[in-house]
Amino acid sequence: MSVTEKDLERILEAYPAKVKRNRKKHILIKDSSQEPQEIEANTRTIPGIITNRGCAYAGCKGVVLGPLKDIVHITHGPVGCGYYSWLTRRNKAKTPPDGKNYLAYCVTTDMQEKDIVFGGEKKLAQVIDEVVEIFKPNAITISATCPVGLIGDDIQAVAKAAQEKHGIPVMGFNCEGYRGVSQSAGHHIANNGLLEWVVGKGEMTAAPAKYSINILGEYNIGGDSWEIHRILEEIGYHVIAVASGDGSYEDLKNAHVADLNLVQCHRSINYIAEMLEIKYGTPWLKVNFIGVEATCQSLRDMAQYFGDEELIKKTEEVIAKELARIEPILEQYRKICKGKTAFCFVGGSRGHHYQKLFEDLGIETVLAGYEFAHRDDYEGRQVIPHIKVDADSKNIPELHVEPDPKFFKLRISPEKAEELKKKIPLSYYAGMNVDMKDGHVIIDDMNHFETEEFIRILKPDIFASGIKDKYIPHKMGIPSKQLHNYDYSGPYAGFNGAVKFAQDVTAMFTNPAWNFIAPPWKGKPLLEGQLQK
Amino acid sequence: MLDFTPKEIKERASGGLINPAKTCQPIGAMYAALGIHRCLPHSHGSQGCCAYHRSHLTRHFRDPILASTSSFTEGASVFGGGANLKTAIKNVFAIYNPDVMAIHTTCLTETIGDDIPAFLNQAEIPEGKIVIHANTPSYVGSHITGFSNMTRGMVNYLSEATTETKKEQVNIIPGFVNPGDMREIKRLVKAMGINFIMFPDTSGVVDSPMTGKFEMFPKGGTTVEELKDTGNSKLTIALGSFASTDAAIALERKCKVPAKTLKTPIGVKATDEFLMTLRNTFVTEIPYELEEERGQLVDIMVDTHHQFHGKKVAIFGDPDIVIGLTELVLGLGMVPVHVLTGTPGSSFEKEVRAMLLESGLKGNVKAAGDLFEFHQWIKNEPVDLIIGNTYGKYIARAEDIPLVRVGFPILDRSVHSYMPIVGYKGAMRLVEMISNALLDRQDRDAADEDFELVM
Repeated sequence: MSVTEKDLERILEAYPAKVKRNRKKHILIKDSSQEPQEIEANTRTIPGIITNRGCAYAGCKGVVLGPLKDIVHITHGPVGCGYYSWLTRRNKAKTPPDGKNYLAYCVTTDMQEKDIVFGGEKKLAQVIDEVVEIFKPNAITISATCPVGLIGDDIQAVAKAAQEKHGIPVMGFNCEGYRGVSQSAGHHIANNGLLEWVVGKGEMTAAPAKYSINILGEYNIGGDSWEIHRILEEIGYHVIAVASGDGSYEDLKNAHVADLNLVQCHRSINYIAEMLEIKYGTPWLKVNFIGVEATCQSLRDMAQYFGDEELIKKTEEVIAKELARIEPILEQYRKICKGKTAFCFVGGSRGHHYQKLFEDLGIETVLAGYEFAHRDDYEGRQVIPHIKVDADSKNIPELHVEPDPKFFKLRISPEKAEELKKKIPLSYYAGMNVDMKDGHVIIDDMNHFETEEFIRILKPDIFASGIKDKYIPHKMGIPSKQLHNYDYSGPYAGFNGAVKFAQDVTAMFTNPAWNFIAPPWKGKPLLEGQLQK
Repeated sequence: MLDFTPKEIKERASGGLINPAKTCQPIGAMYAALGIHRCLPHSHGSQGCCAYHRSHLTRHFRDPILASTSSFTEGASVFGGGANLKTAIKNVFAIYNPDVMAIHTTCLTETIGDDIPAFLNQAEIPEGKIVIHANTPSYVGSHITGFSNMTRGMVNYLSEATTETKKEQVNIIPGFVNPGDMREIKRLVKAMGINFIMFPDTSGVVDSPMTGKFEMFPKGGTTVEELKDTGNSKLTIALGSFASTDAAIALERKCKVPAKTLKTPIGVKATDEFLMTLRNTFVTEIPYELEEERGQLVDIMVDTHHQFHGKKVAIFGDPDIVIGLTELVLGLGMVPVHVLTGTPGSSFEKEVRAMLLESGLKGNVKAAGDLFEFHQWIKNEPVDLIIGNTYGKYIARAEDIPLVRVGFPILDRSVHSYMPIVGYKGAMRLVEMISNALLDRQDRDAADEDFELVM
């Protein structure tokens, strides 16, 4: 089943005129004959619309910084923001031998009315002193919330003074919630800080092992990162740092020595990948470890990058071994999943990545989109130069990096890079739209009203999204899968992840409880009788 | 787990929190607003607040939590949120068609000083539709304060005294409790045969049934007509001084409905008091049905007292709930040695201390505390049991102490929001939960030769 322009028009008709004009540009029906199809993205959410989007603080502290385990993250603001971003993203982290893992701690300045009136800088400085005394962390981050920017607290000055006083990095992030139009602004702010203050601060001057890599934009939800590590390490890769799932300041500061950066979530971290290339000469490769096919492809692309026969051989061996192990299991689940349809509307890159995993199981994604993507996430990186920079994006400071005099090292020659770019997504991401089929819906910042309408038209068998909209399809009797936090399951990455996902999704389809929705007496007459002959 | 929490307690002079035991006002306001029939809560501020509040409430209730936002960007923060709010009002009514839109502010809009009533005067509100608001600065109080402020907003905007004499009906403000508790309170009042209006009432909204159909505005919630009629009632009973008193007092001032604040009816004493107040005000007998329940509860407590007597317990959570729980465990012969709430308010400390004193006990009691300090207390004086919300599980694991999950939020277990902790039935459930936690622990730790069939 697909959506026609007429259906779309009917949905949009329900909106006030201004909303209709706006939303129309955010929804596409895929039509390959008209390529390239342009979509509007990363623009303001319309006030009053029930959106799934969050804010800059959520992107900065909540997504990118929060998982770094040996850092104490201080939220400067009233209690709420720190509280809601405390352990709620399921970023798993193993405690290292030195024992520094602060993820179970939530530190907030808990600003009170008097701090709003008289300023909160002094309180923040005091909280930093206490944090250093109690926790002795390797570094501290400060994330600013809405009122901090408004009252003009200079968190950068406080951070600088604290850094001098305590002799550890203290980093201030101006990620006030109102910056930008979504959490995406916060990713950008966080990444800028990590590049400026963390990467390159380590002692290492050269990669410590053959095939040294970083994984960027992987947050170790439900242990994804560990499954990716397992596979990569078996092939012979050495993972230096992960930004930022199960990541640490200690690892990340040496990220500059890697020979390749993998980019998993393009949205949250493409900036840092690009800047790392300019500053240290490390190329980046777009990978996707969600889905069996996607994982194999990513592993093959990586092997091609290094171009080492031994590595290519080992890669194929591991792939063959893993496939032989998991394919028979997946085949069982495919019998149940095959022919079903899905909606895949998730944050930054998952709306694309998970389509591959659905595809592995024979499930077709008929509607997909992102909460907070930019046009390049849909249309591919080639549109980046053509994206209009609006006032909201201009408010996010751009970092301009140059080759690092000490650490810059060209990993591959420009000629070799050009040659590779023809074969693998080196420094490139083609975006989600190329993988969508004609007639299927691509939708940016899908809101509650559209969710209901599209479900009614397309009647998907499974709805993949986040916690805020999870229970809406549920009430309609449609299984709904959280792909922000996996419904407390996982990992879903790599080979073992695909099996786990197949199990979970199949359980959703086959659980007997769905059959109880309609009471047996509904539609049955109250009185039953027979005509007397 | 929590390895960096030292045993030695040093005063932290900053006033910052480590592992807060409270959250911010707007989520409480959002929850209260959901207790109005066909109401869409609206968060006036940046998107993130609304997203966080919806997520957290959804995780606790496992039901759709719908709310809209003014979606501020930097421009609105500089020039004020009037334009955003007016656009939001227009869109909300055009697209979602609620009967009521309940606006609460955030720390952003409070800091820039947005004047909501002024904006509402300029806004186009469709005929027959209602917009109410509450100021809920996140830098004052807690989520309980937010609940209280939105509940008072309902009175300010809607309550009317229209009858010559007050009606034989009671207003009941249940406080920040689960829909299961609200249903139980309603059952008690119905059993007494007394007409009542409960507000807010989230039952039927955040515990709506699975029907195969999605209803944006489910059957539950206090209707606007009922909210108006609260001004005609003979009495308002505010259950829980922190969450409910302000609205009751506002109603007394506005419509001359006498206000009476009682404890959240957790345990025998508080439930007795609630029923006695109803009995005396409306001159009606407490039915045998409830007396029987009470007798069963006391029977259970006596039968099992040996499991509880002298056991040390640490309790944290929202003030009205913690006060009720403290009274309940005292009634079981337990010793509450650490009692803490994150919500500020000296009356909490006074009330809990008085209860402890009455039982000849002294303990650590604190309002506006955090779980870091609570954990330190436990390190210094270990307990047999912790009662509190999900966040307590980290301390429970670190110190190897059983945890009974009560309060808000519970993010890692289900069904809790359907099951009452109030009334005699609710107390039975609490006694069962506490008993099971302690006995499961005893079984787990028992040596083979001490492992017993009958306990």
